[in-house]
Amino acid sequence: MIRLEKRPQPSKLWTYLTPVLAVLLTMLVGGVLFAFLGANPVEAIRTIFWDPLFNAQFAGFTRPQLLVKAGPLILIAIGLSIGFRAGIWNIGAEGQYIMGAICGAAAGLAFYPSESFLIFPLMIVAGALGGWAWAMIPAILKTKFGTNEILVSLMLVYVAENILGSVATGLLRNPEGRGFPGSRNFKQWDAAHNSDLIANTGMHWGVVFAFIAVIGAYVLLTRHVLGFNIRLTGEAPRAARFSGVNPARIILICLGLSGALAGMAGLFEVTGPAGQVSIDFGSGYGFTAIIVAFLGRLNPIGILLAGLLMALTYIGGELAQLMLGLPGASIQLFQGMLLFFLLAMDVFTNFRLRIGKREAA
Amino acid sequence: MDLSSINPILLVASIMVSATPILLAAIGEMVVEKSGVLNLGVEGMMITGAVVGFAVAVNSTSPALGFVAAAAAAALLSLAFGLLTQFLLSNQVATGLGLTLVGLGLSSLIGKPYEGIKSPTLPKLDIPVLSDIPVLGRMLFSHDLMVYFSLALVVAVWAFLKHTRAGLILRAVGESHDSAHALGYKVVIIRLMAILFGGACAGLGGAYLSLVRVPQWTEGMTAGAGWIALAIVVFASWRPGRVAIGAYLFGGVTVLQLNLQAAGAAVPVALLSASPYLVTILVLVIISARGAHAAPASLGRPFHASS
Repeated sequence: MIRLEKRPQPSKLWTYLTPVLAVLLTMLVGGVLFAFLGANPVEAIRTIFWDPLFNAQFAGFTRPQLLVKAGPLILIAIGLSIGFRAGIWNIGAEGQYIMGAICGAAAGLAFYPSESFLIFPLMIVAGALGGWAWAMIPAILKTKFGTNEILVSLMLVYVAENILGSVATGLLRNPEGRGFPGSRNFKQWDAAHNSDLIANTGMHWGVVFAFIAVIGAYVLLTRHVLGFNIRLTGEAPRAARFSGVNPARIILICLGLSGALAGMAGLFEVTGPAGQVSIDFGSGYGFTAIIVAFLGRLNPIGILLAGLLMALTYIGGELAQLMLGLPGASIQLFQGMLLFFLLAMDVFTNFRLRIGKREAA
Repeated sequence: MDLSSINPILLVASIMVSATPILLAAIGEMVVEKSGVLNLGVEGMMITGAVVGFAVAVNSTSPALGFVAAAAAAALLSLAFGLLTQFLLSNQVATGLGLTLVGLGLSSLIGKPYEGIKSPTLPKLDIPVLSDIPVLGRMLFSHDLMVYFSLALVVAVWAFLKHTRAGLILRAVGESHDSAHALGYKVVIIRLMAILFGGACAGLGGAYLSLVRVPQWTEGMTAGAGWIALAIVVFASWRPGRVAIGAYLFGGVTVLQLNLQAAGAAVPVALLSASPYLVTILVLVIISARGAHAAPASLGRPFHASS
């Protein structure tokens, strides 16, 4: 008879061990899945996790992609993790990401074709404000009426997608685009182009901001009283209230912060890798960032590593699609499984396995 | 705008069709939540049901078999959620989100070869006598079996929760798992059964989308229907009758906005397409502002016999 015994405190060792084990387990089960799909499992795993970084032939093209993909994931996940710590579930980051891109792009395009150096900073601020405002909707509804933020923030993703479709074919459509949907291409407008800071590294402003966010979140959570209050609200809401923490303030800060970061991620994406506001701009980063946040144990450093790993699976997945003919959706399933295994393994963090009969109390 | 192009008889009939998938998923989720478990994976289970139901129906040319397979597949997926949350005591919110992500990935993987195919259709029941009534007959009594099944399920769930001993036990587990445990009820097993039922219902709802409502398979076709089902449970204050009202209300909004788009209403298309989601938010706000919280007291709390 196997039974679980609650640990007095979560195990430090298992906290760090579970993500690693979850990744290994996902590789194992993923390998079986790939074998079913008719690919050599070892080759598939190598293509996903090894080739993008070290293959002599094409690592030169794929390595910069690592930072391009990891930047937005980390930026969004950092914001989400702070909310998750406080027990505030913003799962609508995808919507905030889209609205950030739209608002930032619109603010920039209003000044087209100015070449002022102020254009790009203005767009960053507008993008952050767009994401922030979109996240303020669930935040205010929660603080004023107690409305569930999970459902509201998610519903707003679909609303944002509809707005995106509308502006890409209407308001922000390129007037010189011969009627095709999509805005002007930012890659052809130097003042607004979010180009590589060091050529061919994938290191654009979004990656820089992601690193700043990691450091900022680390300082906030470990050194600042606000970070302490956020953690306290999540772990012991009653104790937090008794010690004078205002729950409404925490909700507004957490949702606002995650919205602003997601909005900035959207702006960096639209001015850089994506290049323009188009109908299919929403790429699912907002949802994958949820996995990144959990895989990184809601810890800023962990999220940095998890973001890089998840970016690797994106690139490796594309590579596997190209080289081995694996369906693109299999990588999405792969990422979902990773979260699932992680949550399953977490039982060891909080519980001890005991074999044998329960002793009489 | 030409409102006369909207036929009221067809309108009501199509509202019933468009409400059915949400109703099936919502009534299942309500039972799950009544047992004290919050499964946010409805969207993932629904879309898995949609793709499995479609694939089986196409391969066997039997829609009935498709529905059975959809219920089984979604229940299997919900079993994973059940094992994680009930035995490994994982966080229910995170696990439910994970279930949705897994379901979305799994469905687009399975569904790739089935894109652009037409499914065999579910025969319409022409109920004798009733369906011959002018107007009402075509409006209410000439649908397929699943429409009536979903309504019968609402009544059955209501009767089960209100008038049977098993229903009482299920509610007790949801209100206070510690007390139910102390009385000797197997909290974990009861919750697991409720989760399986919710999964099967979500699967049926998904299959109704891909086999009847659309009827085709496209990636991500549930488009938030599972999340709307979750919202309807909150809107309904965990009561079966109100779940039905909520589902028909949303079915109505969806059909009406499609009709208005077709009629060329002077409202932006984006606003019309977003209206089901906006109405969901509005309704959630009204319900929460009224403070009518009738949520089961143990909802979302993990249960471990030691604590």
